[in-house]
Amino acid sequence: MTKKKAAVINVALIAALLIALYIMEQILPPTAMVFTVLKKGAIYALVAVSMNLLNGFTGLFSLGQAGFMLLGAYTYGILTIPVEQREFVYQYFDGGIVKFTVPVVVALIAAGAVAAVFAYLIGLPVLRLKSDYLAIATLGFAEIIRAVFQWDKLGPLTNGSNLLRSYPTFQSVLYPFIVSGICIAIIVMLINSTYGRAFKAIRDDEVAAEAMGINLAHHKRMAFIISSFFAGVSGALLAMYQTTIQASMFKSAMTYEILLIVVIGGIGSVTGSCISSFLFIIFSEWILRFLDNDTYIGSFHVPLLRSGFRKVVFSVIIMVIVLFFRKGIMGTREFSVQGICNFFTGKSRKKKAVKGGDSND
Amino acid sequence: MSNILEVKDLNVSYGGIKAVKNISFQVPKGEVVTLIGANGAGKSSTLRSIVGLVKPASGSILLDGEEIAGKAPEQIVSKGITLVPEGRRVFADLTVLENLKIGAYMRKDSLEDDLNWCYDLFPRLKERHWQLAGTLSGGEQQMLAIARALMSRPEIIMMDEPSLGLAPIVVRGVFDIIREINRQGKTILLVEQNANMALHAANHGYVMETGRITLSGTGEELAANESVKAAYLGKQRKN
Repeated sequence: MTKKKAAVINVALIAALLIALYIMEQILPPTAMVFTVLKKGAIYALVAVSMNLLNGFTGLFSLGQAGFMLLGAYTYGILTIPVEQREFVYQYFDGGIVKFTVPVVVALIAAGAVAAVFAYLIGLPVLRLKSDYLAIATLGFAEIIRAVFQWDKLGPLTNGSNLLRSYPTFQSVLYPFIVSGICIAIIVMLINSTYGRAFKAIRDDEVAAEAMGINLAHHKRMAFIISSFFAGVSGALLAMYQTTIQASMFKSAMTYEILLIVVIGGIGSVTGSCISSFLFIIFSEWILRFLDNDTYIGSFHVPLLRSGFRKVVFSVIIMVIVLFFRKGIMGTREFSVQGICNFFTGKSRKKKAVKGGDSND
Repeated sequence: MSNILEVKDLNVSYGGIKAVKNISFQVPKGEVVTLIGANGAGKSSTLRSIVGLVKPASGSILLDGEEIAGKAPEQIVSKGITLVPEGRRVFADLTVLENLKIGAYMRKDSLEDDLNWCYDLFPRLKERHWQLAGTLSGGEQQMLAIARALMSRPEIIMMDEPSLGLAPIVVRGVFDIIREINRQGKTILLVEQNANMALHAANHGYVMETGRITLSGTGEELAANESVKAAYLGKQRKN
């Protein structure tokens, strides 16, 4: 199969997916659980891929994702709340200091840009650190940002610890799919470019990468900024999905959820992150919900099932994955139509190459 | 013949420890020059400081008459000098082809000719261009590390112990390649513990001991020198 053919098939698949989603929306009631899962799944897929760009492809173990999402969400909210609504939203702060609104698309990009600017500033000191230290520093940054945004003195801008609301949101499930899809496509193009190759080289061996003339500081900074940009965009999407924004939403637990998605999907696999983000949301929001409810079978009270038990089950799953399936669902491989075809026709690149082109097929 | 690389009074230190003390040497264009010496003699530090991975404490490094001491690696590499690092250090999770492309990272022009050239030199790499570098054998990884360095189209290639951890027959293959690359016009600065092979491949050699150059001469002279024989050839230390 040629590259062109594969591209055509991929485009056709994406179109089919969007059409299927559209049809589903026409048939099913808008409150159906499946839409919740799809919307949140698409948003988490984007932030998981952005985290994977940093952790999986550049080898920088950062845990600041929730902080950058918070920045994105607030930027979006602050810039898009209609002027006439501000009085009510910022009721304790005289309608806030921002007295204008921008179009949704501009606000989405601004959300990413603000996160990216913060990433640049944070990156200056923090990117000198390695592995665990970097993780601790970025985690600390995310917590500090969260606390700062709840600070009363910043109220005119952030509404303090009160909610931001009344900003434009999306109804259709297609919206997060299209925005996330575009962003993920950009990330994939980046990963497959010379730049992305340099990221992977840094991940594999910093010294060798430097000896090849790759500017380590510059590339690490770029990876950090780009990853944060898309985390910011996904934060804005999450704000649209939730319809309200509150800083306390973006706890470190959110970063861990995303990290879990990345690990389950395979560190270094974009499609793995996408697949596992939907799996994660399906399980956490839907299938495993029953674990949190007191359940009676007849008059028998099922033991263990109570609020919070879901988290216990999740912790066990993480441990099992880390112990036995360290590579996650996909490892570093990517899901592709071509891969599936090769799998079924029994044709693999391996076979051809070992025979050195002498094969008859 | 002009010197492509001239090192003068180079000092390298890590914290308070002086690894390289006031060494000077020249690499004439088109020749193979070798630095031999035991572990900790400062050979690798010398190479690392030339390519900019370590900033030299003092001294001058002239590449084609231009001062490169203290510059960043990306500036130095783009001037036509490259390092094959010790222990191969191929990018294990990238394919052979991707490794080669990373080698040409500083270049923006077409890689087609250079890829073909590398594949001609190392037919094995062509067969395995899609394979992850980490799955290659030690010898193949060394070939890949050399090919990767060649992809930046360097005038001078520095190799840090290319025979490290390889079987004798593979070492011979590596040295055949070194001679071949040299024959095609590249200058080579070779750091080795395998003094025997290195001195026979080299036009000129320097012996380093505890950060200083203690002896120098043509390859044959050094190979015949009694103290070199005693230290490196006769009862060569097992490492």
